[in-house]
Amino acid sequence: MHELSIACSLVDAVSQDALRAGATRVLEVHLRLGALAGVVEDSLQFSYDIVTRGTPLEGSKLIVERLPVLVYCAACNDTKILPGIQSFRCPVCSAPTGDVRGGREMEVASIVAETDVEETA
Amino acid sequence: MNTRVLEIRRNVLSRNDELAAELRARLHAAGVLTTNWVSSPGTGKTELLGLTMRALLARGRRVAALVGDLETDNDAVRLARSGAPVRQIQTHGICHLEAQMIGDHLAGWDFTEIDFLFIENVGNLVCPASYDLGEDRRVVLLSATEGEDKPLKYPKLFHSADVAVITKIDLAEACEFDRAAAHRNIHEIRPDIPIFETSAKKRVGIEEWVGYIESLRASI
Repeated sequence: MHELSIACSLVDAVSQDALRAGATRVLEVHLRLGALAGVVEDSLQFSYDIVTRGTPLEGSKLIVERLPVLVYCAACNDTKILPGIQSFRCPVCSAPTGDVRGGREMEVASIVAETDVEETA
Repeated sequence: MNTRVLEIRRNVLSRNDELAAELRARLHAAGVLTTNWVSSPGTGKTELLGLTMRALLARGRRVAALVGDLETDNDAVRLARSGAPVRQIQTHGICHLEAQMIGDHLAGWDFTEIDFLFIENVGNLVCPASYDLGEDRRVVLLSATEGEDKPLKYPKLFHSADVAVITKIDLAEACEFDRAAAHRNIHEIRPDIPIFETSAKKRVGIEEWVGYIESLRASI
C-alpha cells in the first residue's frame, strides 16, 4: 500500500522535529495536502492509525488541510485556482497553462504536542 | 507539562527529496544526463530502452541503466545484452522506485564513465508520480494499445512528466487508436511537452527519439 509508505515517512518527519522540540506526546498533526500530491486522504488516515502505534504519535489525530491546484496564466497575468485536474487551462480565459504554483504540497505544517519544556512568560 | 503548537513546516517526503537532490548534484558534476521512464506494465519501456541504449552506444556514447521490477531480473538481463552496465532493482512488492533505492544501486559505479543514465521505473501509472529519483527528465510512455484517454485517467503522473512517448504506433490502426486525441489529451494535462511516436518492432521514430535524448545532455 502506497499510503502506508507515505504514513511512515510522515511519522519519521514529525518524530525528529517533535523530539528536538522536547515533545513527549503528540496530540495532533496538521498536514497540508495538495490535490496533485498523489495521495488518497482516506487511505492515509487508515495507514496513519497503524503506523503511529508504539510511537509518541500514537492516538494523535491527523488533520488534513486540502489545497487546490494553483496555476499562473500568462495571458491574464494572474494566479488562479484550477477547478479540477482534467484540464490544465486558465479557468477564466481557457489558455493552456502548465505553470503550476501550488497543489503539490505534502507538508506537515504544525503539530500540537505535550512538552516538558516550561513556557516562559 | 504543557500543550503547545509547534511549527514544523516539513515536507513529508523531504528525506526522499533531499536524497534525490544529492544524487542529481553528483550526477551533474560528472556530466550524466538521467531520465526516469514511467508507464503501465507492458507499454514497451524495456524494448524502447534497449534500442535507445544500443543507438547511443553506436554513436560512441556511454550508457548505463537501472531497472525496477517487483520480481525477476528479466529486464536487466535483456538490457545487459547491449553490453552496457545494467543493474536490476527488485522491490519485492514496493510499487515504485525511491531515491534511496537509486542511490544504493548506483554504489560502485564511476559516474565520470557514464554519459546517459536510464532509470526504468516499476510499471505503474499511480505511485511513481510522487517520487523524485534525481532525474533530469521524466519520460511518460503510453502505447497505442492502451487507448487515447490514458492521460485523463492518470493526470497526476502525466502532469509530472517532461516528455511523452507513444509506443507501438505500428498497432495504432489495428487498435483504432485516435492519435490526435492522444496528443490533445496529453497536452490538456501537461501543456506544451514534446511528444514522440515510436515502434520498437518496426523501427519507427527511433532516430528522432535518440536525437532528442542526445540534445538533452547539452542542457544539464
